[in-house]
Amino acid sequence: MAVDTVLWSRLVTGLTLGFHVIFATLGVGIPLMIAIAEFIGIRKKDPHYILMAKRWSRGFVISVAVGVVTGTAISLQLALVWPNFMKLAGNVIALPLFMEVFAFFFEAIFLGIYLYTWDRFKNPYIHWLLTIPVVAGAGMSAVFITTVNGFMNQPEGFVMQAGQFTAVNPVQAMLNTATFSKVFHVLSSAYLTGAALLAGIAALAMLKRGVSAYHKKGLNLMMAVVLVFSLLNTLAGDVSAKFLAEHQPEKLAAAEWHFETESGADLILLGWLNAEHEIIGALHLPKLLSFLAFGDFNAEVTGLNEFPPDEQPPLLVHYLFDLMAGIGFALLAISSLYFLFVLWKKRNPLNKWLLGLVALSAPLAFLAVEMGWFYAEIGRQPWIIRGYMRVEEAATSSPSVRILFFVFLLLYIVLGVICVLVLKRLFNNNPAELEMEKWLQAKQDKTAANTENGGHA
Amino acid sequence: MSFEIAGIAILWTFLFGYLIVASIDFGAGFFSFYSILTGHENKIHNIIQRYLSPVWEVTNVFLIFFVVGLVGFYPDSAFYYGTALLVPGSLAIVLLAIRGVYYAYNTYGNHGKNSRIYLALYGATGLLIPAVFSTILAISEGGIIEQVGEKVFFRWREFLTNPYTWSVVLLALVSVLYISAMFLSYYAKRAGDEPAFGVLREYALLWSLPTIFASFLAFLQINKQNPAHFERMVDMSWMFIASFICFVIAVSLVWKEKYLGWCFIAVMLQFAFAWYGYGRSHLPYILYPYINIYDSFTNRTMGIALITAFSLGLLVLIPSLVLIMKLFLFDANYVRGNAGKKKG
Repeated sequence: MAVDTVLWSRLVTGLTLGFHVIFATLGVGIPLMIAIAEFIGIRKKDPHYILMAKRWSRGFVISVAVGVVTGTAISLQLALVWPNFMKLAGNVIALPLFMEVFAFFFEAIFLGIYLYTWDRFKNPYIHWLLTIPVVAGAGMSAVFITTVNGFMNQPEGFVMQAGQFTAVNPVQAMLNTATFSKVFHVLSSAYLTGAALLAGIAALAMLKRGVSAYHKKGLNLMMAVVLVFSLLNTLAGDVSAKFLAEHQPEKLAAAEWHFETESGADLILLGWLNAEHEIIGALHLPKLLSFLAFGDFNAEVTGLNEFPPDEQPPLLVHYLFDLMAGIGFALLAISSLYFLFVLWKKRNPLNKWLLGLVALSAPLAFLAVEMGWFYAEIGRQPWIIRGYMRVEEAATSSPSVRILFFVFLLLYIVLGVICVLVLKRLFNNNPAELEMEKWLQAKQDKTAANTENGGHA
Repeated sequence: MSFEIAGIAILWTFLFGYLIVASIDFGAGFFSFYSILTGHENKIHNIIQRYLSPVWEVTNVFLIFFVVGLVGFYPDSAFYYGTALLVPGSLAIVLLAIRGVYYAYNTYGNHGKNSRIYLALYGATGLLIPAVFSTILAISEGGIIEQVGEKVFFRWREFLTNPYTWSVVLLALVSVLYISAMFLSYYAKRAGDEPAFGVLREYALLWSLPTIFASFLAFLQINKQNPAHFERMVDMSWMFIASFICFVIAVSLVWKEKYLGWCFIAVMLQFAFAWYGYGRSHLPYILYPYINIYDSFTNRTMGIALITAFSLGLLVLIPSLVLIMKLFLFDANYVRGNAGKKKG
């Protein structure tokens, strides 16, 4: 029975986090895009960009609602589903958890102000300034919560004595060796995903209703952000891989199906394992794993066989890793291609195929975020605090956790469906071009004739 | 003040903050629904929406703060409360989720029409959530969570048949409605919205007597449940008397329709005295008899770190809260609905 409740505890947490991460990523990524759009709009005096910021923030609020709700769920579930973990680790991770809530508090206050003060200030930059605490609060809460995850992967800043953490240094625990690469990767992928989503929406709108000035500007702007953060994200992934190779070799080895320790190790893409753990049908890139891990084609990479069998992560993580990395490179390729077409005048960057690819990159980006988190979390099995506490010691002993899985599953299905329906209703009946026209009309009525600049569908 | 006391004082203050802002929110949900049933909808709906829209997110944060802080300062509480409250805690999560999502849906996704079913759900969660949370107070008096060996159990039978549980639930229900109506009366008066004020003033007066009766009832039930706690409460009886005086001031001000700002301050003081009096007399236990603030306190370094983070956080938080209040609570134009009509 005990093992059973552990499995259900993991499923409940995986479900909640898997759902929350979609909205958490939006929560971190979108505010920056809103801030950029509003700034450009004020700077260029271009109402298209202002409208963009308005429409994005309107949709953003819906996702924030779901994010707040699921975030509340996970913060309570930490203590409810993993009471023994919190009892032990609470002594070390309470500080970043506390600070995360502070950052979120800060963001919540200014988001409320931002949303309700459009047109309230004479100087438009004052309203724009409100985005800074929102972007900073969102980013900081991601940073703090990621340090907690970093600690669980790379526990530091304490001494273990008689089953208790003593001589605790909470700041050292926050700034553990895993923190930098994790924070870098989490932030860059959140901004990348936010931009990919907005670019994808613009592309989809143009595929459906034809090219419009509003969506063209939105697409250009967001593809530029996608390009920048794809590059940064690739770099972040590389930093993470090098961190793993040095500090958590079993996780990297499991992801790469690298069983024997050897120098000049091959990078293995896809493929499958037969009953004897031999790799079949995979693409081998000679010596590339050594290069990825240590920046040296002949470096020695620790193999999975060095670790006792009950400390090896499941081998399934290989696919999660490949999928995540593959999508990362695909996004980089798509955004590069787009700007190649923009610069190379003979080609049309708004052709159907490229728009289709851009539209596709939005769901792909979310898929990559999910795959990345599942890889990071499953790849740390069997530990909850790597090297100190195994998941079966941490889970609740209550058998009710099994029923709760289904309760929460139902809840998230309902939340997801409502969220999609609300967003659809919000935007489908009110296309940007129409809103732009109405808005300009209203302005025209107010002040004497002003030249109308674009905005027709 | 020792770290142990400072820790619980911080947490208790956050819970008090939650009590006030969440009561306004939860009560407003119920009144929205109730006003439709009684045909007063268009009178008070706008007032409620205008206040709630910018602050609804902030409300939730107070709660998360408390939970995270409790586990941070007193990690043992995660073990006892966490294990025992898996089911009721999850229920609370589901209720909060329904409410939060309905809120966003209604405010941003729905133009104009309110569906009765949704509003009923919204109103119901507004009463159920405080009821669910208030039961933790009953549990903390002991006798419901029990440890047998290494395992912790939640005694459902003792919990449900305990009169104290129900007196606390009753108190939570009526005080939510009372606090909310008091605040909204004040807000309506500021907005110069006389019809809304008339309706809300009636609600406030209507719920004032049940609130004070429920308080007395809960007070008496503590005597049965945990006599030692009751004795400590009697030792601090001046706090409860002060609370009652504030109640009398608040109700007479709303009766005379004068100084409604002071009136709401009196309401807050009424609950503050009762809340801190109750909390102080509850010490040193967080969960009788398993968790007390001295034995379960986190290590010293973490205690210092948390209190430092909290103090620094306040430096940022207080000016921001003042700003949001200035913009939405004390800005005469906004309150009247003249500015910021365009939603983001």
